[in-house]
Amino acid sequence: MSMTAAGDDEVWLDDDAGPLVRPYTVSAGRTRPTVELDLLSLVIATGRHPAGVDQEHLRVLNLCRGPLSVAEVAAHMRLPIVVTKVLVADLVECEAMATRAPRPTSGASDRVLLEKLLDGLQRI
Amino acid sequence: MAYNESDVFPTQVKILIAGGFGVGKTTFVGAASEIEPLNTEELITTASVGIDSLAGIEDKTTTTVALDFGRITIDQHGIVLYLFGTPGQQRFWFMWDELSAGALGAIVLADTRRLQACFEAVDFFESRGISFLVAVNEFDGAYRYEPEEIRSALELDPRVPIVMCDARERASATETLRALIQHLLTAAVPSPSA
Repeated sequence: MSMTAAGDDEVWLDDDAGPLVRPYTVSAGRTRPTVELDLLSLVIATGRHPAGVDQEHLRVLNLCRGPLSVAEVAAHMRLPIVVTKVLVADLVECEAMATRAPRPTSGASDRVLLEKLLDGLQRI
Repeated sequence: MAYNESDVFPTQVKILIAGGFGVGKTTFVGAASEIEPLNTEELITTASVGIDSLAGIEDKTTTTVALDFGRITIDQHGIVLYLFGTPGQQRFWFMWDELSAGALGAIVLADTRRLQACFEAVDFFESRGISFLVAVNEFDGAYRYEPEEIRSALELDPRVPIVMCDARERASATETLRALIQHLLTAAVPSPSA
């Protein structure tokens, strides 16, 4: 890609065509993450700095100094979920990020969890 | 680097905010969330299966679905509660499957001027066995119905709670979430005499 005329913050927009930099450009055209992730998968930067990653990956790492869900990363990055998953998966693969999938059960029958939730919501 | 998972990652729970288009889901999520409601988009491709490279992407029809979500952190118990507003338009219903997987429960927002708009959400949660309550969003100028009139109109099971709420108010949105958790607790605990 060689759109050197545009500054980093400049958004290329065209009323008819929409954004000129398509979302998949960021993920180098890939549409499928290499690590299983869903909307609530939590990710956190491990502190390990991979060599040779681009700006987008670095932005993800900077966002995730504390645990953050994939959905939140996507919102902050203003990227579609699927593209975000590809970027996060890259970082998990090179051990710059750790991830944890959400629990398989909903917790709807977990009385202890429900009591804690109720207690927490009562303090708001 | 190794992590002790329970030290680093909180327990996550997910509650869905559903209902028809324009019923106040975004407003509710925004009122209850401790953070500015985040909005992201899921990119949908009509032919994404098996495509891993850029080749062919420009030929596919893509569209986006806005997803609203918010967060409530319950620090003292190490819990993060996520609120997801479900896309209301019927053509995005396939997304409900990923959203509802592992959901603790759901709040179906209803507008008494258009009660029929929440039929589909009620049906969806009933068929998936996901516990929910109906929260009547009291819009200005809307006729006030009795809860039982609403129950009858929606053909709700007698155990499904119906509460009134004002989706614009944090206290009211939080109260509605508490009512849902209470409902789940009632269902989770067998009665002592059983």
